[in-house]
Amino acid sequence: MKLNEKEVEILEILQKDARFEAADIAKMIGLAEAAVVEMIRRLEEEKVIVHYATLVDWAKMDNYTGVTAMIDVKVTPKRGVGFNEVAERIYRFKEVSSVYLMSGVYDLSVTVEGKSMNEIARFVSEKLSTLDSVVSTTTHFQLKKYKHDGMIYTSNKQDHRIVVSP
Amino acid sequence: MTMTKSYIAKSVESMRPSGIRKFFDLAATMEGVVSLGVGEPDFVTSWSIREAAISSLESGFTSYTANAGLIELRREISHYMSSRFHVNYSPQDEIIITNGASQALDIAIRAITDPGDEIIVVEPCFVSYAPLVELAGGKAVTIGTTGETGFKLQPEQLEAVITPKTKAILLCYPNNPTGTQLDTADLQLIADIVKKYDLLVIADEIYAELAYDKDHTSIATLDGMRERTILINGFSKAFAMTGWRLGFTCAPEDISSAMLKIHQYAMMCASTPAQYAAVEALQHGMADVESMKKDYRRRRNYLVQSLNEIGLDCHLPGGAFYVFPSIQSTGLTSEQFAEQLLLEEKVAVVPGSVFGEGGEGYIRCSYASSMSQLQEAIKRIGLFIEKRNMNEVALEK
Repeated sequence: MKLNEKEVEILEILQKDARFEAADIAKMIGLAEAAVVEMIRRLEEEKVIVHYATLVDWAKMDNYTGVTAMIDVKVTPKRGVGFNEVAERIYRFKEVSSVYLMSGVYDLSVTVEGKSMNEIARFVSEKLSTLDSVVSTTTHFQLKKYKHDGMIYTSNKQDHRIVVSP
Repeated sequence: MTMTKSYIAKSVESMRPSGIRKFFDLAATMEGVVSLGVGEPDFVTSWSIREAAISSLESGFTSYTANAGLIELRREISHYMSSRFHVNYSPQDEIIITNGASQALDIAIRAITDPGDEIIVVEPCFVSYAPLVELAGGKAVTIGTTGETGFKLQPEQLEAVITPKTKAILLCYPNNPTGTQLDTADLQLIADIVKKYDLLVIADEIYAELAYDKDHTSIATLDGMRERTILINGFSKAFAMTGWRLGFTCAPEDISSAMLKIHQYAMMCASTPAQYAAVEALQHGMADVESMKKDYRRRRNYLVQSLNEIGLDCHLPGGAFYVFPSIQSTGLTSEQFAEQLLLEEKVAVVPGSVFGEGGEGYIRCSYASSMSQLQEAIKRIGLFIEKRNMNEVALEK
């Protein structure tokens, strides 16, 4: 799909902050509001804009026990469908939040979110490693989130500039 | 024994404090101020640049550099100026690294000013030009540009103030506070006059990288102008490095060696860690500059259209990170406007009048602020204008 310069700009703006309103985006890129609304509609329709979500720092919540694991998965690709079939078998599980095909020593990088370490352990041993094409898994649990999707979680960003300067 | 007389030099005693000071003092005491009054980027210097300075300190590079600055950095600057702005200066004897573009201006003015020499200053402009000229023993002759011409210097205005004592003209484009950019045709007309009267140009191009619709043209690229031009530039604005205090001059060898004399006695050399950081900035920092520029451009577009919508007439400036809307429709002076806006709605802007002739009736709004700050500022300024319109209607009744 060919995107024009303005559409790319809209994507760049929304990727940083999905809550920008079409009226403001229109001013920022010099288009009429209706044109921006239409472009966004098309980008949504074409699934270039896949989804709008919110980055949540769950660690801020008292007694939060949720855990995230990143699992390196080695698989045997199947003739005709390559890695796609096994990837699909994995990403269908709702506890899987991302699946990437990787270059290097393993094939799929799978992120799994669970309520506890046990839950993830169960998922890996019962669901993931029992899949036919899965050769091996290496599970890494996340201990702390510093930065995610370009946002620093612990940042206390302050404006140190003097209020008025020449 | 008591002191019976003022020991302060007359040239200093007669200097007026910068008009910006007053607003700073007022705004600094208030809480919840949204500031469009800041003349520096809201971005923090890129980590790779900061990291280069840290690593230079770890390596123990803490001594003086050559007076003119690290030769490595001068080579990078030479290359940068040539590839970005098509001007060629020798790193050996035509580039001097200074303590900010501010010091670059100072040595440029002092190097060419004899007592009584007239330096033409085009206003509205950065607040330090005229005071620096006066401190150097020269006379600042001001020209006020106007909103009607988009704050572009008109050739006939220039020719009208030239006298046998005129030595140079000080230009700043893209301009602080108006954001105005001059294109090649505008510059050519000025260059013709400069050559006709055998003058010099001090071109403050600190905002050269921040030009949003078309690339900056340096006056030094015009035929016969290189030998008459002192270029001033630096790292503050484009690389978000204001606090590092690092600028530079590019000028023909004879003028450079004169400036270097002042620099070596007054400053010795620019800060060493900052110079190492700047090498990294030029070698690997351009992608970050581009990304900041993109943000500035969007904010500029947003601000100009929003100001026009709430009733403040504002032209779309080509560069820097300022817009300069007219507040004449409110019937207030720019100082009244800025003061009342600050007290009533807690938005800090700078009255155009502090930037000299031609600035009255305008305010400077900086868009070196996040979009959310700009949105909040627009909301508040809109309210401020609305209140005044309602008062006007009430008075008419």
